[in-house]
Amino acid sequence: MTTIEKDWAERVRAAAAAKTPLCLRGGGTKDFHGRETAGEVFDLRANTGVVAYEPTELVVTVRGGTPLAELEPVLAEKGQYLAFEPPHFGAGATVAGCVAAGLSGPRRANMGAVRDFMLGVKLLDGRGEVLKFGGQVMKNVAGYDVSRLVAGSLGTLGIVLEVSLKVLPRPVAEATLRFELDEAGALRRMNEWGGQPLPLSATLWHDGVLQVRLSGAEAAVRAAADRLGGERLAADAAAALWSSVREQAAAPFALAPGEVLWRLSLPSTAPALGLAGRQVVEWGGAQRWLASATDPAQIRARAAELGGHATVFRGGDRSGAVFQPLTAPLATIHRRLKQSFDPAGIFNPGRLYPEF
Amino acid sequence: MTNTEIEMPAFGETERDFSAVDKVRVVEALSRVLPAGTLMYETEDLRPYECDGLAAYRALPLVVALPTTEAQVVDVLRICFELGVPVVARGAGTGLSGGALPHTRGVLLSLARFNRILELDPLARTAVVQPGVRNLAISEAAAPHGLYYAPDPSSQIACSIGGNVSENAGGVHCLKYGLTVHNLLRVRGVTIEGEIVEIGSGALDAAGYDLLALVTGSEGMLVVVTEVTVKLVPKPQLAQCVLAAFDDVVRAGDAVAKIIAAGIIPAGLEMMDQPATAAVEEFVHAGYPLDAKAILLCESDGTPEEVAEEIGRVRAVLEDSGATEIRVSRDEAERLKFWAGRKAAFPAAGRISPDYYCMDGTIPRKRLGEMLTAIQAMEHKYGLRCINVFHAGDGNLHPLILFDANQPDELERAEDFGAEILELSVALGGTITGEHGVGLEKINQMCAQFTTAEVRQFFRVKAAFDPAGLLNPGKAIPTLNRCAEYGRMKVSKGHVPYPDIPRF
Repeated sequence: MTTIEKDWAERVRAAAAAKTPLCLRGGGTKDFHGRETAGEVFDLRANTGVVAYEPTELVVTVRGGTPLAELEPVLAEKGQYLAFEPPHFGAGATVAGCVAAGLSGPRRANMGAVRDFMLGVKLLDGRGEVLKFGGQVMKNVAGYDVSRLVAGSLGTLGIVLEVSLKVLPRPVAEATLRFELDEAGALRRMNEWGGQPLPLSATLWHDGVLQVRLSGAEAAVRAAADRLGGERLAADAAAALWSSVREQAAAPFALAPGEVLWRLSLPSTAPALGLAGRQVVEWGGAQRWLASATDPAQIRARAAELGGHATVFRGGDRSGAVFQPLTAPLATIHRRLKQSFDPAGIFNPGRLYPEF
Repeated sequence: MTNTEIEMPAFGETERDFSAVDKVRVVEALSRVLPAGTLMYETEDLRPYECDGLAAYRALPLVVALPTTEAQVVDVLRICFELGVPVVARGAGTGLSGGALPHTRGVLLSLARFNRILELDPLARTAVVQPGVRNLAISEAAAPHGLYYAPDPSSQIACSIGGNVSENAGGVHCLKYGLTVHNLLRVRGVTIEGEIVEIGSGALDAAGYDLLALVTGSEGMLVVVTEVTVKLVPKPQLAQCVLAAFDDVVRAGDAVAKIIAAGIIPAGLEMMDQPATAAVEEFVHAGYPLDAKAILLCESDGTPEEVAEEIGRVRAVLEDSGATEIRVSRDEAERLKFWAGRKAAFPAAGRISPDYYCMDGTIPRKRLGEMLTAIQAMEHKYGLRCINVFHAGDGNLHPLILFDANQPDELERAEDFGAEILELSVALGGTITGEHGVGLEKINQMCAQFTTAEVRQFFRVKAAFDPAGLLNPGKAIPTLNRCAEYGRMKVSKGHVPYPDIPRF
């Protein structure tokens, strides 16, 4: 154990004994996400550094407090990257925060989510014990897959001390194409193209315009671009576009007073939402952002009806339900799991669901 | 006693004793909810279920239940929960780690009759299937739409998707296309308490914890799977394979690293050592160079342009890495011929030896040379031969230890040989199982890979789904007691592991 690990384990044990809630915090760039949580701020930024990086093994092991902005250039130097294209949402975003938030960028539908790239985790649990799950290899089925469970758990299961992530070579070539299409036409097109052997790496529809990114081998991107047609964006404009979507810096994400930014995760073929508000469609139709002042109950009901779920992503009432409520048997399993990692209930209580 | 000990379920400390389970009572209760012909309890009817793909371990269950509806599964599980009866779920029974080995005091719950593809949506690229559907049957059904289900374990003509979920099955293409966990959207299952749970959805994620990841690869310890939604992906237009020969195993391993370092993720990247090549060549005549110390098979897929570009780059790397011979498949027939040898590795082992024991350790690729050298030394130590096939792209090694179970103590030597390989895999920074699962086979080696605190946490996770510890007890996660005993066992030579299990 490192000195930091020892100190933190002690602090966790003391907090558990005193039942003091802790608000786990890295760069604080995703403080807006999830329910409001009270508790003593536990700053995790001191635990930094790349522990091991072997480009030929496609694995990087990195400490939780390491800023994404430091890790990404290390990978880029070897021509590699985090293929789930994580949003930073601010300068200080850390690796542990990225994993705990479980948010993935425009490449998600084609390349996978954070959880798909998790190979291993070193976790400090609510008993103050350091536990390691998974490892540094691509294939590993020894024991339950706790490392993927940690992705998206919003710090409620433990402190992410270290993660091992699968990394991939950066695509050699990219191209972004623009098409004028209405919502229904764009949804159809995204799904049809998704079923063809095309090197798609992102899709985006907003306000009558569908934009599609292709990534891969030079020849494959060229052939696909020729086949799909549309208007081709200049490389710098394309890079700016995808980064502004990933970081939600693009204009449609700016909220007017009273508006809430909803994230609806749906089957990609789900029809148009038919809800009032401004919409951005990503992930081949599987992720739909809705800036709206509509009644939350109506939005959740519509998401459920379409076979998915809705999250209050920004704004709104963060003391109520932020995530889609769970069915009774799943809520029981969640409660038991939370308790098994954090028996005193000290880590980010209530951040995910009010009950834990 | 500390808090930690209080919260750990007792079944994590010592395996539960189920000797009090009353067969008559179990049969009577189950026959009330299962129609005639779906419940078996006579010895001759139980016999076909006594083992899975790991035939060295056999046991007869108390009864076999073959439900045909989810409602029957709910009823069976509720009864078992009430009566405290262990339940072992079984798909096609092709598993290689004894995960579906019956419990002698329990119900063997076969999902074989859940064999329908319920829905296939080509536009959404998803299929909703019952757990007993065969892996390959999904790809066959999707083929008319130009789609397929990517994970392709070598047993794909026989293995079921429910079993694939339970084991997080891989295959030769998983470096590029992922494991089962990367290709699932939803699992519907039943808890031991008889509650139906929907884990995941038709969307790419679900609210709450990622239980889909937790359930995938959980070896039937958390829920019984009754329905699965899988992702389908477009079939590549073209695939081409490069066969490269090397006069040194380590050089072949280095070539693998160089391919990856060049930014190439091949669709498949396999390696075979000389004894493995010789064994399969005699069997399938794939035309492999027999003088090579190792051969690599590297497959590229995609559009014709993409494949041509990638093959060119792969060839350059291989030449640069000192390959003594490079062949590129000229047509589909030749590509299949290149693969025929690799795919015949297991049957070929069966042909040159009465029995073989397949290991599944995964190591960082750069440690391959060390591992192979160590295996050669172990061949002398245990007096047994070993041939090596290797999913080189992702570091997953399948040494096949050759033995003859009819010779006194050969099985035992093979097991000790295997255990040493697995423990070395952990020591080299890898894992004891890449894709076959722990089951019963590797349960002792789990003690080498995980600490007591981690094992405790695994049992707590299990208890969150199965508080009474009735689903597949004694598998996948070793009790602390077992680990303590194994610690002693390793020093007491000649001790037979699991004396309670009949051997053949």
